[in-house]
Amino acid sequence: MVHLTRKGRSGGKILGTAALGAALLFAAAPAAAEPSEADLHAALQALDTKKFKQKAQAIEHLGALGGPRVLEVLGALAKGRLYVREDGRIVIAERAGKQYTIQDAASGRSEPKAGKKELKKIKVNNRLRRLIRGVAGRLALFSDDPGQRLEAADNLIKNPKPQALPLFRQARDRETDDAVRAKLEIGIAVLELEADDPALRLAAATTLAEISDPDIHSLLKRRLQPDIEPDPAVRDALHSAVETIDRKLWLFGIAENLLFGISLGSVLLLAAIGLAITFGVMGVINMAHGEMIMLGAYSTFMVQEIFRSVIPPELFGFYLLAALPVAFLMSAAMGVLIERGVIRFLYGRPLETLLATWGISLILQQLVRSLFGANNREVANPEWISGAVEIAGGVTVTLNRLCIILFCLAVVAALAAFIRYSRFGLNMRAVTQNRSMAASMGIRTGQVDALTFALGSGIAGVAGMALSQISNVSPNLGQNFIVDSFMVVVFGGVGSLWGTIVGAFSLGIVNKFLEPVSGAILGKIVVLIFIILFIQMRPRGLFALKGRAAGD
Amino acid sequence: MGPLSSRLFALESRRGWTVFMGLAAVLMLVVPVLNLVVPQDAWLHVSTFWVTTLGKFLCFAMLALALDLIWGYAGILSLGHGAFFGLGGYAMGMYLMRQIGERGVYGHPELPDFMVFLNWKELPWYWFGFDSFAFAVLMAMLVPGSLAFVFGWLAFRSRITGVYFSIISQAMVFAMMLAFFRNEMGFGGNNGLTDFKDLLGFDLSASTTKVGLYLASALMLGLVYLLCRYVVTSKLGRVLIAVRDAESRVRFLGYSVTRAKLFVFTLSAMLAGIAGALYVPQVGIINPGEFTPAKSIEIAIWVAVGGRGTLFGAAAGAVAVNGAKSLLTGIAPEIWLFFLGALFILVTLLMPRGLVGVVRQWHERRAIAKTSRSDSHASA
Amino acid sequence: MKTVSKLMAAVCLFAGSLAASEGVRADEPIKVGVLHSLSGTMAISETALKDVMEFLISEQNAKGGVLGRKLEAVVVDPASDWPLFAEKARELIEQHEVDVVFGCWTSVSRKSVLPVFEELNGMLFYPVQYEGEESSRNIFYTGAAPNQQAIPAVEYLMSEDGGSVERWVLAGTDYVYPRTTNKILEAFLKAKGVAEEDIMINYTPFGHSDWQTIVSDIKKFASAGKKTAVVSTINGDANVPFYKELGNQGIAAEDIPVVAFSVGEEELAGIDTGPLVGHLAAWNYFMSVEDDHNSAVIAKWHEFIGKDTRVFNDPMEAHYIGFQMWVQAVEKAGTTDIDAVRAAMYGQTAPNLTGGTAVMNVNHHLSKPVLIGEIQDDGQFEVVWETDGVVPGDAWSDFIPESAKLMSDWTEPFSCGNCEKPSS
Repeated sequence: MVHLTRKGRSGGKILGTAALGAALLFAAAPAAAEPSEADLHAALQALDTKKFKQKAQAIEHLGALGGPRVLEVLGALAKGRLYVREDGRIVIAERAGKQYTIQDAASGRSEPKAGKKELKKIKVNNRLRRLIRGVAGRLALFSDDPGQRLEAADNLIKNPKPQALPLFRQARDRETDDAVRAKLEIGIAVLELEADDPALRLAAATTLAEISDPDIHSLLKRRLQPDIEPDPAVRDALHSAVETIDRKLWLFGIAENLLFGISLGSVLLLAAIGLAITFGVMGVINMAHGEMIMLGAYSTFMVQEIFRSVIPPELFGFYLLAALPVAFLMSAAMGVLIERGVIRFLYGRPLETLLATWGISLILQQLVRSLFGANNREVANPEWISGAVEIAGGVTVTLNRLCIILFCLAVVAALAAFIRYSRFGLNMRAVTQNRSMAASMGIRTGQVDALTFALGSGIAGVAGMALSQISNVSPNLGQNFIVDSFMVVVFGGVGSLWGTIVGAFSLGIVNKFLEPVSGAILGKIVVLIFIILFIQMRPRGLFALKGRAAGD
Repeated sequence: MGPLSSRLFALESRRGWTVFMGLAAVLMLVVPVLNLVVPQDAWLHVSTFWVTTLGKFLCFAMLALALDLIWGYAGILSLGHGAFFGLGGYAMGMYLMRQIGERGVYGHPELPDFMVFLNWKELPWYWFGFDSFAFAVLMAMLVPGSLAFVFGWLAFRSRITGVYFSIISQAMVFAMMLAFFRNEMGFGGNNGLTDFKDLLGFDLSASTTKVGLYLASALMLGLVYLLCRYVVTSKLGRVLIAVRDAESRVRFLGYSVTRAKLFVFTLSAMLAGIAGALYVPQVGIINPGEFTPAKSIEIAIWVAVGGRGTLFGAAAGAVAVNGAKSLLTGIAPEIWLFFLGALFILVTLLMPRGLVGVVRQWHERRAIAKTSRSDSHASA
Repeated sequence: MKTVSKLMAAVCLFAGSLAASEGVRADEPIKVGVLHSLSGTMAISETALKDVMEFLISEQNAKGGVLGRKLEAVVVDPASDWPLFAEKARELIEQHEVDVVFGCWTSVSRKSVLPVFEELNGMLFYPVQYEGEESSRNIFYTGAAPNQQAIPAVEYLMSEDGGSVERWVLAGTDYVYPRTTNKILEAFLKAKGVAEEDIMINYTPFGHSDWQTIVSDIKKFASAGKKTAVVSTINGDANVPFYKELGNQGIAAEDIPVVAFSVGEEELAGIDTGPLVGHLAAWNYFMSVEDDHNSAVIAKWHEFIGKDTRVFNDPMEAHYIGFQMWVQAVEKAGTTDIDAVRAAMYGQTAPNLTGGTAVMNVNHHLSKPVLIGEIQDDGQFEVVWETDGVVPGDAWSDFIPESAKLMSDWTEPFSCGNCEKPSS
């Protein structure tokens, strides 16, 4: 049932669309022989104009010529890589430092590099890009790569045009790949909904009932509007098809909210998990927790910049892996500094740590602002976590969020295991439960405190690395998470790791189920009131600690 | 002397009264005279800027007193006191909005501009009555008071204490902020209420009105201080201190901890409401920014800097921190946060009992030195 | 008590003796107040404007200042705290006695300082696109009014070049600028025959970071078979996660273009724009416009700031134009007196960095060109459409019934910001 389609970035997509009405294009032989260089050269030259309308004509003409060379040129044009050289020839140019590497568009031959001044860019806008996608899509429907064919078919379905029907049928007859053929069948059914023959329309309606896609759904619904479908049998088939899809979409809607909720929950959990240690386990009201997250995000940024300038570009995608330990160590080191420098003098006076850590948070914010500037820093999503995974019926979850869910679970598991099984975890638990007893057993409580705080801060830093993938990296980053983090920890029960986990996910899911009903703002207010009322019922949170450790 | 006046007299020590009266004289006589009588270019002139700024600080001082009453004396740290302050401010803001009348940009006789703009046809029910000053002042106390009563009743009844209380009070103020941001609420959304014209017929832009508002704030601060003093020196005050130090024991002794806490929490919210009501006409705007959790945390910081558990310290802390903020944002706009942050850290590390603690320590030391000196004289 | 009475006596003495008679000396600098947040939530946008003011003042001083006097920037930090804006405005005018203030970003900060400027008769240059519905005697609005940004952008999207959009999502942050803009746009779209069900309006809180539900809703709304576009008045920080979600959910500009009014070069500097190519923004200025004047100013700016990656954006150009006009008005008036300078401001012209000439109108708004640009993968915009000439800014929108009848003209005989239009 669940089929995964990895969606590429917009640049690589090819989608057939409306604007390609011109009938002559459909007549073009699908696997046309490579046009001669001279023809291509002449057709390309027509692109050198300011008027978008004339460029559109030139693009259609290029499409009619066909061939792999045209596909490449059109791709370059869509990406804004097509230029006019000073001698008036059309070239493909790629930026390389201050210079551009040049390739003649018609022949594909490399040429000497050129500076910016010698090139004039051929501008495209959305309309042209859409047109290119359509033209290229039709060419790609007969490409050798099944993946490309699948994408082309998928995209042509989204913008059905009656003229494309013969093209689809022709492509289906030659198709060898099952997945692509199934896609093409859907495309044909979509178009045959408007066929003159009622039998064809009936068959199409039955085929489409199997497809739980919002686009198909609204298409079928449109056919059900009065005075469109004359045949009662077809109307009935359409009705039942719409109903079937409705039911499925309703289920998908719930699945989608659940997924969004888990995703939001994992963001909350990542932000709160470090606090669950510093605040939950040690009882330090650490208002600078948000800034530990921020430091992690900025460490990620710095690692990325190092990768950009030193490491070869093909390894760039791995910068996140390198950033992981850096973010942890940066924040952990800052944590040790804060603990040894300030907090250790304030144990037993929790509300004064609030004051001091608030001061620390102001200083760290301003420090980052002075060092990196006040505006957002760009942290790129590496290629391997860009895009989205489609889980049928238009339910998509973006890869970066999926990675955050997995990463969050991994962090929690690692942390739980560390506290449960390591020597240090044992010491930590001992000190939390009974400080003086632990001390008399020979545990150096001061050291344990410092390392516990470092652990909590380090995990916040790691969270910052993950959050840099979906959020702003700015000096205010931490402030956006601090209130939510405290809510999660308190809701779950101070001192309970489980509580924090369950708390984060339940708040995330509740929020996401409320949002479609009440809107984003009211939803959040309702969640906050829910927390307040919940604490009335369980004044120690979801998972209250029992026994001596729970003391006031 | 009647019992009340003797009770009043006993609120402060002799020296306390001297300081109190001295400060009152400076704030209520010297500052206005220096502003109104002394010509503008004389160096002793206090500009209207300082009068309004000082007036603002006095409102903050009142707010700090309100928080200190529950945090310093009853051990309840509310991180949501901005909610009560803001509600008081909104009550006053609603009165001031109604006073604008036809002078709004769209010239509607009854509806504030933002309502005209949102296509509202009539005033929502909760805006009725706010054309009366007395009603608005009453609401500035009653609305925060009732919210505090309900919230406190829920919280204290189920014995929510410590951090849990702090965090849910923060949740409350955060929810209020989000709610007031919504334009559908009918409080002007993010822009809040602004463009006020006059108060009780006095033009708000006149410098005499500003001095008048300043004097009202100073007077109110004095009264609030005495009231707080009265509460903390009363029997209830002693119960509260006992609650702060050992809640369970007080409970076992048969006192109703819930009732005592609820009373002082509601009182504190009403005082915060009054502070808010005085604050709004002086700064000319009330908007959901007052409900940001960070602002409520700041209130706790003023109290801690001044000296938690000493009323005078709380008020002084509010003035000191805000004064530092006002000065530093002007003098060192790009690095002032370093100074402010360092101030908070140093105060906690070096002056655990706040500014007042330092002064007191110094006095004590001097007293000890005096006695030891006189001792040595005697022995000589 | 004794000390107090002594003090009072001293006060009276000083009051009598120190009467003021200090004139303005020619060697005293002219003070220019800069009221932009350098900390807090708005520092992200406003810090660059403080930098640009320091740049403009140093340029002017290099040219010999104004009226033979040097300019001096007085920078304060209102810390994104709205009441503090009012306090700092008063401090600038009363304590520092500045002759003009350049500042504010958010509407609420402007609303907060407005009474102060009117009371003390100050002069504020406000450089950011805003919701209109205001015209104060003491404020010059150098950013775009809704008719200089929103309406042209929507008209473009309706045109064939823009993709003949028929279905609209108006997504914004819940505050006055998006509310007003959307209200104006809704009226405009309906006037153009767009049906009620083809308009979806959505508001989110400030700093909204979880856009999954909304982006998914937009996708569903767009699946009705009509060409759909998103008009975004999403503010500040919320844009980065919004665009990241759009890019990752695979919504390309060719399918559902997003046109934004609060996203410029500065905001894009924090986003990987690869997946966003083709999404649009409407402004009065783009850094990428090829114009000799533009590149000369950018070169000097880079030299001043010492970093050639710093961007220049629309509000910065607005300060550039506003500052030029103020300098010319002071020269023309021969004094820094507020009323004289204000009178000299009307009709002032300054060259736009994108070509053409900006004019200061009697309603305190500028006539400026409107440009629509598509995001490129280098974080810059490429202009795909522009108005033929300049568009005069409207203080009062024609699409809001209550304000359509209002006008603003600060010269005689009207001299008012919101009067009924004269019937004749």
